Amino acid sequence: MRRLLPVLPALWLAAFVLMPVILTLKISLSTPATAQPPYLPVLDWSAGIEGWDSFLEALDFTNFETLASDALYRDAALSSVTLAAIATAILALIGTPIALAMARARERWQPLLVALLIVPFWTSFLIRIYAWIAILKPEGLLSAGLMKLGLIAQPLEILNTQGAVLIGLTYAYLPFMVLPLYAVLTKLDPRLPEAAADLGAGPARVFWSVTLPLARPGLAAGALLCFVPMVGEFIIPDLLGGSDTLMLGRVLWSEFFSNRDWPLASAVAILVLVLVVGPLILFRDGEATAKEPSR
Amino acid sequence: MASTPVPGPAGLLTCAGLGKRFGTHVAVADLDLTLQPGEFVCLLGPSGCGKSTLLRLIAGFETPSAGTIHLGGADITMDPPHRRPVNMMFQSYALFPHMSVAANIAYGLSGLGRAVRQARVDELLRLVRLDGFGPRRPDTLSGGQRQRVALARALARSPQVLLLDEPLGALDRALREETQGELRALQRRLGTSFIVVTHDPAEALALADRIGVMEAGRLVQIGDGASLYERPASRFVAGLLGDVNLIPGRVLGREPGGLAGLDTALGPLRALGAADGEGVIALRPERIALARAPSGDEPALPGQVVETTYLGDRIRLHVRMADGSVWRVSAPADAESPGVGESVHLSYPPERAWLMPAAT
Amino acid sequence: MRALDRIALILGLGFLYAPILILVIYSFNASALVTVWGGFSTRWYGVLVADVPLREAAGVSLIVALASSALATMFGTLAALALDRGGRFAGRRLFTGLIYAPLVMPEVITGLSLLLLFVGFGLDRGLLTLVVAHATLGLGFVAVIVGARLRGLDRSLEEAAADLGANPARVFATVTLPLIAPSLAAAFLLAFTLSLDDLVIASFVSGPGATTLPMRLYSQVRLGVNPEINAASTLLVGTVTAIVLTASWLTGRRGVA
Repeated sequence: MRRLLPVLPALWLAAFVLMPVILTLKISLSTPATAQPPYLPVLDWSAGIEGWDSFLEALDFTNFETLASDALYRDAALSSVTLAAIATAILALIGTPIALAMARARERWQPLLVALLIVPFWTSFLIRIYAWIAILKPEGLLSAGLMKLGLIAQPLEILNTQGAVLIGLTYAYLPFMVLPLYAVLTKLDPRLPEAAADLGAGPARVFWSVTLPLARPGLAAGALLCFVPMVGEFIIPDLLGGSDTLMLGRVLWSEFFSNRDWPLASAVAILVLVLVVGPLILFRDGEATAKEPSR
Repeated sequence: MASTPVPGPAGLLTCAGLGKRFGTHVAVADLDLTLQPGEFVCLLGPSGCGKSTLLRLIAGFETPSAGTIHLGGADITMDPPHRRPVNMMFQSYALFPHMSVAANIAYGLSGLGRAVRQARVDELLRLVRLDGFGPRRPDTLSGGQRQRVALARALARSPQVLLLDEPLGALDRALREETQGELRALQRRLGTSFIVVTHDPAEALALADRIGVMEAGRLVQIGDGASLYERPASRFVAGLLGDVNLIPGRVLGREPGGLAGLDTALGPLRALGAADGEGVIALRPERIALARAPSGDEPALPGQVVETTYLGDRIRLHVRMADGSVWRVSAPADAESPGVGESVHLSYPPERAWLMPAAT
Repeated sequence: MRALDRIALILGLGFLYAPILILVIYSFNASALVTVWGGFSTRWYGVLVADVPLREAAGVSLIVALASSALATMFGTLAALALDRGGRFAGRRLFTGLIYAPLVMPEVITGLSLLLLFVGFGLDRGLLTLVVAHATLGLGFVAVIVGARLRGLDRSLEEAAADLGANPARVFATVTLPLIAPSLAAAFLLAFTLSLDDLVIASFVSGPGATTLPMRLYSQVRLGVNPEINAASTLLVGTVTAIVLTASWLTGRRGVA
């Protein structure tokens, strides 16, 4: 009975998570064709071992060579990682005070604050990004407001720049940074900052020497939850970024939908996976070392 | 060293009219307390009586709703915790889990040179007998070791007053009794004033120069252990410090020696104490003498043993009295002790019975 | 300190809500221009109601969301039970990895890889592929939420039931299930919203006959700011806010975290 529990979900996961990724890897090693499906070679299951052999011979690494040699893809990879890293840093910077304020708020207000943080997350992602178009465009509300205040003379050219993408990333992922941080901070023993203050530490030293180090697991989890999906983000660069804002998610999308180059799109997907798996492994190792002393 | 300091207005630490409300809940009310240099005071009371809040007010974690706190003549009522020359040892110890034992102890020593700091940490580790434990992490230590690290950390800044919130509460019984002695010896040696919060009367009696009993946010009585045990101000204090028989009655008059005569359900009884009108006699079980026949001592109250409990060094007996009430008597354990069902006569020296006002 | 906390909260929540608030306000704008206030009007709600393709897309989204979140809740709960109760089994690490993978995998990869699978097996793209894809996405989230509740469960409650003579099935039905029910509801709701909200995966795996609401909205948004979308967003935001606030009020009242 107990041993049968994993069977159904395992079958589902094998079929719809593992298989697709293996297939993507396979197709990233094939060449495009004007057939259906639009790639070669197609594995011929009926030919048995021989079919497998001829299939292996036909594999090639052209797509990855293209990714490595073409400046477009290199730039896209670089700017994906850079933008995601900058946005993660900004999120850590503005997310920490918010999470701290939530954790220190009166207990009966905290569920409401959490709900307020989550509500935007439950409303359409697309629509929340779309809302920024109206704010950021040159004749939009931000420029109009700043001009009315006399702070700028010309409308701002923010929309369709990397700045707009950064704003969008920060906006969309803020709850993902704040919630894990808040979860750690509420569990923090309030006696620890008190003990630090009792031993003569002012508020700044209490924060740097006690609160922040103890909140590190939350900060790491938040950074991971933000950074990984941001690297592959499509909607934000598509709606807010300019034609020069290349991010891998967008490149994959256009290779697939516009150029119909499935093998190259698959190669981009594999590249993103590699970029994303790196931080994941780092995070797990970090967790392991953080837990070490308790053993 | 001042082992029996005389309470006076010019103490080291003075709380005057101190009050703290949380919403409608009154945690501490109109509390006056003066602590002398080098004094060891225990705050005793059940959980929720406000003793921990009082400690947090003195440490500066809570802002009082009323009253003032002075330390060494200076008003520290509104000072933030990190500017107060008092330190606290937390009930949970609150050791920083991400720092070594040495870093924990050194935390309060910022501003000193590295070498001075190191020397002070070593000195403190020796003081609490944890030499060589500096590089360890708190979670690799036993409960008793953590307790001593917390003590060393709180002592590092040489506070004028050390506040200890249930310092022995997390230790098992054997270790607690051993540590009581160490804590007391350490306090004598350092001459630092200690305020210890505890719910354990035996611990308060073992440790303190003076015990302050708190009930519902008020300091109801403060004094040395013997005066609280022998002359409690109320039923609450009498019951808190140990087993007691309470006999209600009406004060009829007073003898030249100061003994009051009362009319009770058991007839006329005598006790020491200043109360008038309706009163209650507090009589400790071990003050009662037990005899199979009237011995000639006054009073000789007849009763019947209904239960005996053998406690090793003593025997505790429950005796049903003429009016139906049951008295607890503690007698030396010997073969002569009466058994259940036997008739006995109880007597007590009236100067060892304490008369309290009934209203309490 | 308190004042700083308050400022952080006000600025943070202001940042989160200002764009949504602006959408809502401008959905009542009589003018078709986004930055010009042309007076109060519900004109765009009329346009919205008359928009047949949008309504059809909303229908598709609802069906897909219901079906996929039901599947995700079922399989995700089984997965959580397997991890919490299954003990050690072969491939446990791989199993755990596969559960968490869709949580962190960028949507473009999930979408592309699932599409390649469906094409590879000759499945027609449409409602079915949408449901399967969204169920796979939701499964991981359900497993995380239900798993957290299972770990927090007092095992002695189940042991007490067994001790009183209940067989494993009865223990599960009468003790475990009622205790994890709130987390099941929360997980279902989350899977439902994720499905309703997804644009990227749906764009890959859906076929011509099955356009979801986000896909429809996206095709309009690409053409620029559009007051009709503002109206649609306002309805969506209002509904979701009401649901979330009710849910948090209900759980808060029952004292369930």
